[in-house]
Amino acid sequence: MTLDARIPSGPIEQAWDKTRFDMKLVNPSNKRKHTILVVGSGLAGASASASLGELGYNVSCFCFQDSPRRAHSIAAQGGINAAKNYQNDGDSIFRLFYDTVKGGDFRAREANVYRLAQNSVNIIDQCVAQGVPFAREYGGALSNRSFGGAQVSRTFYARGQTGQQLLLGAYQALERQIHAGNVTMFPRTEMLDLIVVDGQARGIVTRNLITGELDVHFGDAVLLTTGGYSNVYYLSTNAKGSNATAIWRAHRRGALFANPCFTQIHPTCIPVSGDYQSKLTLMSESLRNDGRIWVPMQKGDKRPPSQIPEDERDYYLERRYPSFGNLVPRDVASRNAKAVCDEGRGVGETGLGVYLDFSNAINRLGEHTIRERYGNLFDMYQRITDENPYKVPMRIYPAIHYTMGGLWVDYNLESTIPGLFVAGEANFSDHGANRLGASALMQGLSDGYFILPYTVGNYIATHKFAQVDESNSEVKSAVTGVQQGIDKLLSIKGKRTVDSFHRELGKIMWDGCGMSRTAQGLEKAIGQIRALREEFWQNVTVPGSGDDLNQSLEKAGRVADFFELGELMCIDARERNESCGGHFREEYQTAEGEAQRDDEHYSYAAAWGYGGPDGKPVLNKEPLEFHYVHPSQRSYK
Amino acid sequence: MKLTLKIWRQKGPNDKGKFVTYPLDDVNPEMSMLECLDVLNESLIERDEEPVAFEHDCREGICGSCGFMINGVAQGPQPATTVCQLTMRHFKDGESLTIEPWRAAAFPMLKDLVVDRRAFDRIIEAGGYVSVSTGNAPDGNTIPVGKEIADRAMDAASCIGCGACVAACPNASAALFTGAKISHLGILPQGKPEQDRRALGMVAQMNTEPFGSCTNIGECTGVCPKQIPLEVIAHMNRDYWQASCREREDLVQTIAPVIGWSNGAKAKS
Repeated sequence: MTLDARIPSGPIEQAWDKTRFDMKLVNPSNKRKHTILVVGSGLAGASASASLGELGYNVSCFCFQDSPRRAHSIAAQGGINAAKNYQNDGDSIFRLFYDTVKGGDFRAREANVYRLAQNSVNIIDQCVAQGVPFAREYGGALSNRSFGGAQVSRTFYARGQTGQQLLLGAYQALERQIHAGNVTMFPRTEMLDLIVVDGQARGIVTRNLITGELDVHFGDAVLLTTGGYSNVYYLSTNAKGSNATAIWRAHRRGALFANPCFTQIHPTCIPVSGDYQSKLTLMSESLRNDGRIWVPMQKGDKRPPSQIPEDERDYYLERRYPSFGNLVPRDVASRNAKAVCDEGRGVGETGLGVYLDFSNAINRLGEHTIRERYGNLFDMYQRITDENPYKVPMRIYPAIHYTMGGLWVDYNLESTIPGLFVAGEANFSDHGANRLGASALMQGLSDGYFILPYTVGNYIATHKFAQVDESNSEVKSAVTGVQQGIDKLLSIKGKRTVDSFHRELGKIMWDGCGMSRTAQGLEKAIGQIRALREEFWQNVTVPGSGDDLNQSLEKAGRVADFFELGELMCIDARERNESCGGHFREEYQTAEGEAQRDDEHYSYAAAWGYGGPDGKPVLNKEPLEFHYVHPSQRSYK
Repeated sequence: MKLTLKIWRQKGPNDKGKFVTYPLDDVNPEMSMLECLDVLNESLIERDEEPVAFEHDCREGICGSCGFMINGVAQGPQPATTVCQLTMRHFKDGESLTIEPWRAAAFPMLKDLVVDRRAFDRIIEAGGYVSVSTGNAPDGNTIPVGKEIADRAMDAASCIGCGACVAACPNASAALFTGAKISHLGILPQGKPEQDRRALGMVAQMNTEPFGSCTNIGECTGVCPKQIPLEVIAHMNRDYWQASCREREDLVQTIAPVIGWSNGAKAKS
């Protein structure tokens, strides 16, 4: 398949403006005749639904939780970047664009990233107008803070709850459109298949999670804004319900999946404390501004930290990277933590943890300063671990957090299925091989408020839509397929629970396709996943029926899709014979142990076509060209 | 440690429901309350019994999905903590925990510990927003907002919509929830143009739902996992009173509560 990203020609600074002026519009009185389906109600989905509703389209929005406000965008802590340059420290749209492309290790599409930086300033304006309570200075202006090792102070925040406040702004705008009759909300409704008629995305098959009823919803465009797939690893910072089913079923219908192996591991999360652990809790990256990371010099040293003298401590990031020290990027910090724990020098009961120590900062700045900066984070840590981080070092360990990969989209955020648009973490486009901190919130809102309303409108204005209803054969076969899938899961009545399979899959993925990958390890993981998937379909047990609220059945369907996606991630990682960003292949590293890119052979986005449940996925390459930010080797020494 | 869980089981809205006792022998004090239920559910599934249905998602105390009564206290015994973040070390070996869902007429029962909280979304729908459409916002620094105003608005905006306030209130009033949103937006300059309409609309919707009335008891703020201050109720009352003097209440339209879930159309395969 030839991939046409539809990147506009001409200078990048004018590309988006030019595109918008060239786009076709839908007459105001015709907009209400068009129905648009939005799956997922997070930042991207709620903002898109609200904006399209405001324009007059007839929108149906779906989420599997009890309310659109539960979307996992709500949990983001740190902040949202924007190139406002309020701090007069040299920030600009171009600098944000540059930082993002470089941070992505030169594996993102320049045009998309420039537009993201451009829209960032409008996002802040929109959120302020909605009443998002951003932090303010005494004089009344918006506050900023530094984040993620960037050299400018460009992050806007609302205490430690920026994600919640941004999402509530979008959710409230969505509720306003529901009140106005432009949006119909379908909570507790899960999309289980995409309906494609004559090559166009024309609807979805859904399951009502309370009654079990299957429904079909028709539209002229379908928008998938369903978030990321970190839960393939079982233990991640995602919500328990976060899943890849919507994008995976679309993938099976023909939407290419790009760069699935580009996953981000966040270095500072609370470590696992036992087998029953259900998820990993993120501790904001800002902590690394004042904390020092260390492990004991000696293997197997189980002394309490207060009894380990300074000369028996290994501040390994400061030792290996003198100029960046504890503020190396996420992928570097994570790999180093894993390495020292694999050597047997990890701390805590499980040996999978490293210390993040604030004693120096407390001595230097006083406890009150640290409390002011990090109070709510220290409280959360204490609530969960019952340890006081003002007195003993925090224990942290890396955890899967974000997925840069996702469905392939062009400059209009349209996938390879006409009429199927994908936005937010669910798509692959803006972050390359590594996402910068405080940029995920930015991307979801940029896509939903400021891109989709134009590009979806243009699609509708330039296409014809034949009548589609339940009598179409494609519709009938989609519904039959979904029903059969549900019946199958309920009928197996094996001996193992869904969670036990999910945990085992997560471990295979973490060991074989985690922080550090080898061709051999990936081959082994693929074999293990296939065997486990076969066992799942013979031996899983799903209690209850399909006719009422059945959380095990919901989980089973999602885990079934994770098997297939996990295998594709391993195949993608094995195919990409280089290291870049979060994808580290041990065979391709510099003498100092850093990621070594191969721009000559791998400067492309790997867009995979579905090969069937036992077939081989087909690789399509979108070559990436860098005209404005010249690829260089990342070094932090 | 050993614990005895007495959990409310109810197959559906029309089932009478009852408490069922589950002894747990090997509870790790580091577990969260929900992880404890996960372990119980795994053993129930392995015994071919239906697991306990309960809502949850983020498991970090911010989405508001989770919540139930533990020994009569909404969200359990720890202040400012949701059940997903409540660790079992707060309980004693041998203790008995009675676990039941939010009890309120405005939160119809669905199954086991899962209730229907769409009344909260309808209250927001009735005015919990600033009417500004995408694309016509002025620069963010155009409207100065003093630090103290921003901080007070943030205090009120922290509400996660879990419903503990309703469950703890002897009257099952939604005053804290409604007051929180009215305060958040009413304190900020962006919310001023609609301050009256918002108060009238949201209070009218709150009263249309079968919540009880607020009689200033204060259980709500005591159990709130985000410690929303009681002042938000005073703020709501004041905004509502002023608005009633200035606007016609009879022009307010409310949204009819919906109980059912089936939207009729069944897909034919």
